[in-house]
Amino acid sequence: MAIEIIKEKCIGCKLCLKACPFEAIDMVGKLAVINEKCTACNQCIDVCKFSAIVKTEEAEGPVDLSAYKNVWVYAEQRAGKLMNVALELIGEGRRLAREISDDAKVYAVLVGNGISGLKTECFEYGADGVVMIEHPLLENFTTDGYTKVFFDAVNEYKPEIVLFGATHIGRDLAPRVAARLNTGLTADCTRLDVKVSSYVDYAKKNTTLDTSTLDPNSDDKGLKQTRPAFGGNLMATIICPRTRPQMATVRPGVMTRRERKPGAKGEVIVYNPSLGDSDIRTKIVEIVKSAKEIVSLTDADIICSGGRGLGDPSGFDLIKQFADKVGGVVGSSRAAVDAGWIDHSHQVGQTGTTVKPKIYFACGISGAIQHLAGMQTSDIIVAINKDPDAPIFEVADYGIVGDLYKVIPQIIAEWDSAEDLYEATLR
Amino acid sequence: MAFKIIVCAKQVPDTNEIKIDPIKKTLIREGVPSILNHDDANALEEALKIKDQYPDTHITVITMGPPQAKDLLIECMAMGADDGILLSDRALGGSDTWATSNAIAAAIGKLGGFDLIFAGRQAIDGDTAQVGPQIAEKLGIPQVTYVADFSIDSDMKHITVHRALEDGYEIIKIETPCMLTAIKELNTPRHMSIGGIFDAVKKDMPVWGAKDLGVDTDREVGLEASPTNVYRSFTPAPKGKGIVIEGDTDKELADRLLINLKKKHVI
Repeated sequence: MAIEIIKEKCIGCKLCLKACPFEAIDMVGKLAVINEKCTACNQCIDVCKFSAIVKTEEAEGPVDLSAYKNVWVYAEQRAGKLMNVALELIGEGRRLAREISDDAKVYAVLVGNGISGLKTECFEYGADGVVMIEHPLLENFTTDGYTKVFFDAVNEYKPEIVLFGATHIGRDLAPRVAARLNTGLTADCTRLDVKVSSYVDYAKKNTTLDTSTLDPNSDDKGLKQTRPAFGGNLMATIICPRTRPQMATVRPGVMTRRERKPGAKGEVIVYNPSLGDSDIRTKIVEIVKSAKEIVSLTDADIICSGGRGLGDPSGFDLIKQFADKVGGVVGSSRAAVDAGWIDHSHQVGQTGTTVKPKIYFACGISGAIQHLAGMQTSDIIVAINKDPDAPIFEVADYGIVGDLYKVIPQIIAEWDSAEDLYEATLR
Repeated sequence: MAFKIIVCAKQVPDTNEIKIDPIKKTLIREGVPSILNHDDANALEEALKIKDQYPDTHITVITMGPPQAKDLLIECMAMGADDGILLSDRALGGSDTWATSNAIAAAIGKLGGFDLIFAGRQAIDGDTAQVGPQIAEKLGIPQVTYVADFSIDSDMKHITVHRALEDGYEIIKIETPCMLTAIKELNTPRHMSIGGIFDAVKKDMPVWGAKDLGVDTDREVGLEASPTNVYRSFTPAPKGKGIVIEGDTDKELADRLLINLKKKHVI
C-alpha cells in the first residue's frame, strides 16, 4: 500500500501539506511529493480537492488466513489474581467472536502455576473456553518464559485474533510474541471492530470520519483496531491484512466486562508447555508491592485532577483535600507530572491512565489534546481555570473561569449543603 | 572495564505543543518543535552514567528517520555519546514497529558485538512501546522493559534492574548482552555541553540505507513489508460545549456548580 500523487492533477495548492500530520509531503516546484515519513494515514487524500492523491492497494498475500479461528485473550493474573483488564478483554473478545461468526469462540488464556481455579471466573465473565498453560517456571511473569509458551500455543491452535491488556506486562509480552510470529501488533487500542457495519456505526457516532467510502455490507471480517496516535491528536484505525493472528494490546478501563453469570461453564484446553531453566535468561530477585498509595483512577467515580495552573507542587495539597471531601481520587495532567509535582501513577491522558468517572474535576488544567484523550468520555467534566480560552472549556460540561485557590475551598465548604442549595432553587 | 553500548533514539514532534484548528479540525503543526524523545533521553543518560564510571565505554546512538534526524544525533553526541548512525532511506519509510525493528536490528548486527542496548520505553508520537522489545526479539537477546533503576553486578556480566509495575516493582537480574527500555524515573538527563556541541558538529555521521543494512525492501522493511497498515484515520469528534457558570463571588460560583451537579443527579 502506498500513497501516490497523480502529477497531472496536482496543482500545487499545498492543502495536503497542511493536512499531513507527519510532514511527509514536500513541494518540488509546483508539485507535491510524498517523502519517507509517509505512514499512508490518508489525511491528504481527504483534503485534496482535485483527486490528485490516491492510495494504491496491493493484492492479498498468499498466506492461508482461513486456517486461523477464534479469539484469544490473555487473561493476565498476578499472584493468582486476575487483572480487571482480563475480564474486560473476555467481554470484548466475546463480542468480536460473535461478529466473526456464530461458531467463533472466545478463549481466555491462563498462564502461570497453580492457577486452574481462575478458569471459573473466566467462564462466569463470558469465556467460551480457557487455555490452561501451567508450569513451575511460569510462577511469575518472565518475558522469556511467557513468550515461549504463548508462541508455541498460538502455533498449535492458530487463533485468528489475540488480545492482551496494555499493562506493563502485556506491553512487554505482546511485542515479543508478535515479532516471533512475524505478525502485526497494534498498541493500546481503545476500540475494536470486526464487521464494517459496526465500525461505521462507531465512526458515525464518535468521529469526524467520512464513512461514505465504507460499505457496511462488505464481507471484510478483518480486525479494525482503533487507537489514539500522535499524542492523541489523531485517531488511527489499523488493520493487519496479510498475516495471522491479528494482535492488539488494549487499554485497561476502556472495554466493558460482562455481567457475571455464576455457575457458567465452558471448554477447558490444557496445553502442556515445554520449558526449561535455560529458556529463561532473567531472574526475579524480588517483587515489591508499592508502599505508596495505590491510585485506582480507573475505578474512581470522582476524580479531582490538577495541572500546571496550580502554580507549584503544594497545590496538590488542596486537590487532595478536595478529593477527600468528595470521595474522589487525585489525578493530574502530564505537565504536572513532568514538572515533578506528582507521581506518574496519577497521570490521566494519552500516556497515563484513561478514565471515565461520573465527575471529572479539571483544576488548572489547560486541556492539551493528550490529556483530553484520556478523560473526555467522563460523564460530567467540570473545568476550573483562570484562562477563559483554555481548550479544557471546549469539552467541559460546566466551566468556571476563576482562581482555583478561591473557588475550590468554596466548593469544599458548600459540598455537604448541595442538597439544601438545590432544594432552595425549587421553591 | 569498558562496555560497548548502543542507544536507540527517535526524533519526535513535541506532541504537547500540537493544537487542533478549532474550525477546520485539522492539526496545526507549524512551529511544533522536533525533540529528542523523552524516554530516549533517559536511555542515553543511563549509558552516559556508565561511561562516567568506565571512561573506555563506547556509546553509539542509532536513530531511524528523515535526513533532518541527524540533528538528534548531534544532540546526543553533544551530551556525550561517541558516535551516531542515521538510518534514512525512502525504502524504510512507512515501516511499522515490526519493520522498524528489522532495520534497527540489522544496523546493530552490522556494528558487531555489544554489551547493552538502551532504548526509551516508548516514543511520544506513536506511544507503542513495541520497537525495543521487537529489536531484542530479532537479535535473540533478553530484555527488561520499564527500567526504573540500574546497576552493574560485581561480575561485570550481569545487570540488576528495577522494573516498574502498576502496583510496585520487580528486582530483576539479567545477563548481558541485553535490551533495557528506560522510563523517566530512571534518571535525570544531562544537558549538552558547549564543547560537546562543537565536537559533535565536526564528527562524521554515517547514513545507512536499506542496501547498507542488507535488508529486503519487499519483505523486511518499509510500508509494503509492514504487517500492519492504516485503514482509516480521523480526528476525534469534539464533545459539545457546556455551560460556563457565572457568578459575582467565588461562593456563588461554587453554589451554582453544586446546584447543577445535583440537578444532573451526579452527586
